Amino acid sequence: MLRLLRSLVLLLALAFPAASHALQPDEILKDPALEIRARALSAGLRCLVCQNQSIDDSNAPLARDLRLVVRERLQAGDDDKEIMRYVVARYGDFVLLSPPVNSRTLLLWTSPGVLLALGLGWLVLSARRRRTLAQTPPLSEAERRALEKALAEGK
Amino acid sequence: MIVETGHYALVLAFALSLVQGIVPLWGALSNDRSLMAVGAPAALAQFAFVGLSYAALTYAYVVSDFSLINVIENSHSLKPLIYKISGVWGNHEGSMLLWVLTLALFGALVALRARHMPDDLAATVLAVQAWVSAAFLLFILLTSNPFARAVLAPMEGRDLNPILQDPGLAIHPPLLYLGYVGLSITFSFAAAALINGRIDAQWARWVRPWTLIAWMFLTVGIAMGSYWAYYTLGWGGFWFWDPVENASLMPWLAATALLHSALVMEKRDALKVWTIFLAILAFSLSLLGAFLVRSGVLTSVHSFASDPQRGVFILMILVFFIGGSLALFALRAQALKPGGLFAPVSREGALVLNNLLLTISCATVLVGTLYPLALEALTEEKISVGPPFFNLTTGLVFLPLFVIMPFGQMLAWKRGDLLGAAQRLTFAFGIALVAGVLFAAIHGEPALAVACAGLAVFAIVGAFVDVFGRITSAGFSPSVLWRRAVGLPLSAWGTTLAHAGLGVSLLGIAATGWGVERVMAMRAGDVSELGPFTVQLQGVHQRPGPNYSETVAIMTVSSGGVVLGTMNPSRKFYSARTMTTTDAGLMTINLGQVHIVVPEQSPDGSIDVRMYWKPYVALIWLGALVMFIGGGVSLTDRRLRIGVARRAQPKATGASPQPAE
Repeated sequence: MLRLLRSLVLLLALAFPAASHALQPDEILKDPALEIRARALSAGLRCLVCQNQSIDDSNAPLARDLRLVVRERLQAGDDDKEIMRYVVARYGDFVLLSPPVNSRTLLLWTSPGVLLALGLGWLVLSARRRRTLAQTPPLSEAERRALEKALAEGK
Repeated sequence: MIVETGHYALVLAFALSLVQGIVPLWGALSNDRSLMAVGAPAALAQFAFVGLSYAALTYAYVVSDFSLINVIENSHSLKPLIYKISGVWGNHEGSMLLWVLTLALFGALVALRARHMPDDLAATVLAVQAWVSAAFLLFILLTSNPFARAVLAPMEGRDLNPILQDPGLAIHPPLLYLGYVGLSITFSFAAAALINGRIDAQWARWVRPWTLIAWMFLTVGIAMGSYWAYYTLGWGGFWFWDPVENASLMPWLAATALLHSALVMEKRDALKVWTIFLAILAFSLSLLGAFLVRSGVLTSVHSFASDPQRGVFILMILVFFIGGSLALFALRAQALKPGGLFAPVSREGALVLNNLLLTISCATVLVGTLYPLALEALTEEKISVGPPFFNLTTGLVFLPLFVIMPFGQMLAWKRGDLLGAAQRLTFAFGIALVAGVLFAAIHGEPALAVACAGLAVFAIVGAFVDVFGRITSAGFSPSVLWRRAVGLPLSAWGTTLAHAGLGVSLLGIAATGWGVERVMAMRAGDVSELGPFTVQLQGVHQRPGPNYSETVAIMTVSSGGVVLGTMNPSRKFYSARTMTTTDAGLMTINLGQVHIVVPEQSPDGSIDVRMYWKPYVALIWLGALVMFIGGGVSLTDRRLRIGVARRAQPKATGASPQPAE
């Protein structure tokens, strides 16, 4: 059901009644190397008034402000980590599309690995169990005699 | 009058679903054939009444009956006919009606095939399916009535959201619903098997075609949605890891796992408990998605479609069906005996690994989607889980599947030869290596794109190695080759195509790394480089539409001085909702696409232009189409059809091991 796209676009539409318009031409930095870094940083920052959109994709005024802030810091000579710290200090962890690893998000980050380890462990165990199941117990004395008799009769 | 008939038909359908839910089940439990026989006609009648109800609502849309609240809020008399018809499911109430129509359709299809199944199984499946129908029919009747009248009928409606006025709306939701709701049948089969207590290889044989149908439509439905987002949302992305998208991806992952585990159950009578669990899980995830999207839990910021009453109702449906089926599962699973034995290195072993990776991919998406909700509810701390998280985690879990896929096809049942499989795949590995070097030489960085493209080529070529070997094993004369190719079971071709299709999609996704983007302001006559092409803005024109006005940019794309074609990206202004949408201009060149959006026109006469060159991007969706075709080919396999038809009564003992494909 989940009007997969429909709800998505409706949400976007509600957030920004104007046409979709992310990065604008006048924002682009003269220095291509800085611009590439600006784009990479923008892709990891959340537009705070949107549903799951990066500021790079969003045309909300707030996203534009944040893009300009990132570019200002870049031109001021900050490195990527400093810029991220600067933005997080202002807006909190919510602004990061990839949540930081801390006690609150430990479960989130480790769950795929833990599940995989559990699954693989279970597979190994059940394979072992199956192997013991597969080992046929030796014939009992009565069975061995019956087998010999049957073989002798067959000759 | 027609509208009231539609509403009444819906009430009758609800009553019929209660009959269908109780009488055949009673018959199955008391072994009364005449009671069991009620199931099939009830299912057909229920479908007829829901269909009548649906037709009535469609009629109201087509004639623009603005005495209906639903029509007022989502239609406009000037809207093109195709959007009047597809607009029926472009809103909460109408889409719920499409959902129950699809439920009833699958019930009716099972009813038509009922004589090929044991009476009690057919009766129980139809009864469970009817319970699902009844729950959602009641949901519509109590909380989401599409037939509610307005006190005063206005002269004009408020129009459908402009972003939805796109051919994508006509195609995407019906396909997706066939997928989501198709999984209800596998759920009903699982519940029926648990109720009847007969869970064997024969059951897997009956349930696999239904799973395959649902999977096929889910695959193309998701792909269609992705393509729609790609050309309308304006920034050329094809997947955003939005919770709503994740809600469709999770059932797909579970259904894909189910297809493979049902295969093991059918051929080797193993993994029975797991297969039943997956059948329950796949539909549960469909229901969970329905809850997340319609309850407002995920959309609390914008409060679209959020209605606590509806949310609570769907939550009750969710708890009833998931809880009920899992309780049944817990009761019965103990009694199941382990089936066929197999060595870790075997076809079964590969399929088990496939299931492990698919379900953990699914779990990763689930955790990533729900974690922020849970954290906020528990600690009031807000975090975002976005594309960087999902790309990394799901990518790491999912990508190994592309290596395992060709090996799995190569390994024999019970005990496989890993070294032999590796030797037979040397060719595929060599091709992948050559392709990787070529990609690196032609497109260069990023290294991840090159690696993924190489992996994709390995998966595509590797998918064909098995059938190639079987065709050429008796020599290379054309007539022999042809005879053997035709003689291969269609399911072998289906597997090959579906696996290759997934590889094709990965190739398209990998190639997005080589995309080129230009954002600039342009005036008529301006020229820009775009990857290997030159783009020129010829001019900007105004053009009127039926219920919008349009600004169209005329742009030519040329390569080496030769004009390849003209593109018309546009922005449309819809006056009824004072909303603007952008229509991307698309030009497909050798499987790649030039994608141009013109988001805004400045007062000084220049327009903002966002241009992309995306090499091989069409492969993302073509791959899904190949998967769909693969599923269809597999579905027409004689063994599936005739096996279902002829074996009216299952043997009491489990199926004997069957020859490996």
